[in-house]
Amino acid sequence: MAKITFDGIEIEVPDGTTILNAARLIGGPIVPPAMCYYTPLKGSGGKCRACLVKVAAGSTKDPRPMPKLVASCITTVQDGMVVENTINDSVLDVRKGIVEMLLINHPLDCPVCDQAGECDLQNFAFEHGVSTTRYQEERRTFEKIDIGPLIQLHMTRCILCYRCVYTADQIAKGDRVHGVLGRGDAAEIGTYIENIIDNDFSGNVIDVCPVGALTDKTWRFKSRVWFTKPVNAHRDCPKCAGNVVLWYKGNEVLRTTARKDQYGEVKEWICNECRFEKKETSDWTIEGPAHIDRSSVISANHYELPVLNQSVIDDLPASTQRELEQNPPLKLGN
Amino acid sequence: MGRKLLTEHINVEGIDTLDVYRKHGGYRSVEKALKTMTPEEVVEEVKKSGLRGRGGAGFPTGLKWSFLAKPEGVPRHLVCNADESEPGTFKDRQLMAKLPHLLIEGMITGSYALGANTSYIYIRGELLYVLRILEKAIAEAYAAGLLGKNILGSGYDLDLYVHPGGGAYICGEETALLESLEGKRGNPRNKPPFPAVQGLWARPTVVNNVESIAAVPVIVNEGGDEYAKIGVGKSTGTKLISACGHLNNPGIYEIELGLPVEEFIYSDEYCGGIWKGRELKAVVAGGSSVPILPKELILKTAAGANRLMTYESLSDGGFVTGTMLGSGGFIAMDETTCIVRNTWNFSRFYHHESCGQCSPCREGTGWMEKVLHRLEHGHGRMEDIDLLVSVAKQIEGNTICPLGEAAAWPVAAAVRHFRDEFEWHVTHAKAAAQPGAVYPGTLVTV
Repeated sequence: MAKITFDGIEIEVPDGTTILNAARLIGGPIVPPAMCYYTPLKGSGGKCRACLVKVAAGSTKDPRPMPKLVASCITTVQDGMVVENTINDSVLDVRKGIVEMLLINHPLDCPVCDQAGECDLQNFAFEHGVSTTRYQEERRTFEKIDIGPLIQLHMTRCILCYRCVYTADQIAKGDRVHGVLGRGDAAEIGTYIENIIDNDFSGNVIDVCPVGALTDKTWRFKSRVWFTKPVNAHRDCPKCAGNVVLWYKGNEVLRTTARKDQYGEVKEWICNECRFEKKETSDWTIEGPAHIDRSSVISANHYELPVLNQSVIDDLPASTQRELEQNPPLKLGN
Repeated sequence: MGRKLLTEHINVEGIDTLDVYRKHGGYRSVEKALKTMTPEEVVEEVKKSGLRGRGGAGFPTGLKWSFLAKPEGVPRHLVCNADESEPGTFKDRQLMAKLPHLLIEGMITGSYALGANTSYIYIRGELLYVLRILEKAIAEAYAAGLLGKNILGSGYDLDLYVHPGGGAYICGEETALLESLEGKRGNPRNKPPFPAVQGLWARPTVVNNVESIAAVPVIVNEGGDEYAKIGVGKSTGTKLISACGHLNNPGIYEIELGLPVEEFIYSDEYCGGIWKGRELKAVVAGGSSVPILPKELILKTAAGANRLMTYESLSDGGFVTGTMLGSGGFIAMDETTCIVRNTWNFSRFYHHESCGQCSPCREGTGWMEKVLHRLEHGHGRMEDIDLLVSVAKQIEGNTICPLGEAAAWPVAAAVRHFRDEFEWHVTHAKAAAQPGAVYPGTLVTV
């Protein structure tokens, strides 16, 4: 076990834990943002630099500070490490710079983007960015390529987090036909030579994509995310666990996604049949409304009152649980 | 006249063949090391020599070797980084093309010191003719029993391979090089783990520059202490400097570290002064990625001492008034050079060569290039100058590998030392955008 201090909060975590995961155990607003790191995907992380933190003391043995900011998603904790995130202005400044870098070539077409409302980049920019840009140049564009009837690729929106590449490698095993071609700011996700991504689990790249670069063609332009109601459901699927979230508008299932935790990470991968083909309520056993994070745009105007008998209560992050203990919710009838 | 340790016989007819090379004392270090020394003793000699990595960072080679993890039963590798592609640096190419056996000798001795039985030379893809020279030399060495099983009857085995890259600058970064050598896309890895613990195929690996490896035979032959006598302070031995730009005698020079920069530029033995009788304006002392310095600061340090060709003297004053020895790509610019255009040119290179893996470098290099392009072509604004500094600062230190810094430093340094010229490009945009336009502020003789 290693004891570390993160933003002044002490926590003891198992050896080998990354700084980011240690911060997530603490929870709350001190958790560094992560645009490329994805816990279920081996090898992910270190690329977007959004999670950079200052290590003010390396360990008890060697208390020197680390000379550069380190990527918290790939740096493992040492006993006695002191990490500064939100309490260090230089970290926040650098993070502003990262937002700016990620946005200079981003088309900012949120009004027509299906990801808007559940987009990591949108949240990241909203929380850490500045409201104007200094970029005057033309934004880069790419030739459109078609990667099949199920998944829409918008390369201009991509931030090259490599998550979809790892997903194809690790989840849709051995069948990866897409990857990163080219280099620098001309690097793009593509299939070589134009090829259709066809794999039972290929749809998961949509869920892991932090931006609107990979979206669901069956859900394209159907509705804004915040007009839909997520409902947990399951079915007996021979290929996957079959635990999904159905996104309803009225009585219609507009799309199906995997269930995600509060950091947007998929808990169980689902197959393409569940995702793209089963769009009738009768295909599913409904469990109840899915939990929506408070920070989500979907929860705007939906007053979330964690009342008794709500199944999601076990799922709450530690910070929320602490909050609940301090301010217990009103019970019905009080 | 300084001593020539590496290039003494470089102009001997047929030195690229084994026979001639051996006649001039070649492969003595292999015999000495394999027959009379233990691997640890070789490492100790290199440590004593004070040899510092010649690829640019200047990390002590002996120390790097001693960091190599040695778990039981796991093969180790020595990899030679011959992916020399920094603008202004062209020393390794010449060394390999003329003296292929020197590198092979260094590889054998170095591999023996590290306990590696398979070693690789990762050569830049464009240098196909050098690759052929090396392969021919390696075949000769195999035939003479200097490579393969039981080298010179010592019981030590070594296989040496040359592997050409695809010609990407980023593959000169050691972890990107290892990825590329493994057959993957040349993206730098996250560190730690460092190659000394998990390198090629997750085995302990040492990656050294061509010139560092070529210095090993000399050190083994003459002894580390003898080698350390050359040079000044912690900068020991000789260094190949590839001088280019507006010089009377551009070329590759082997200098003893500690040579004054002024002597290197103006002495007839070396570069012979600035061409066409013009004045020196600025120098990039160690390849395109190190900060550019104006004449006053490259000849003398800010404190007024003579600037020497050493790691310490060139970096005297930090980045405010200093630079770095880097890989030894010495680019001299005369008074007619446009610094903005030159900076844009460097920036264009880094924009083209960024691997695109991490966001500050991928986006920032392109941004800087576009702003510099605008400035150079007469569409600049005053605030662009501070914008450049700010973008450079956002990249520096926040990337996975040093390419981000290499892209940021030249831009930041050019603005730091030549801000008036950048401002002139804004205030006199039309004149500055003319082909061959010269900033009048630094003109002396023309």
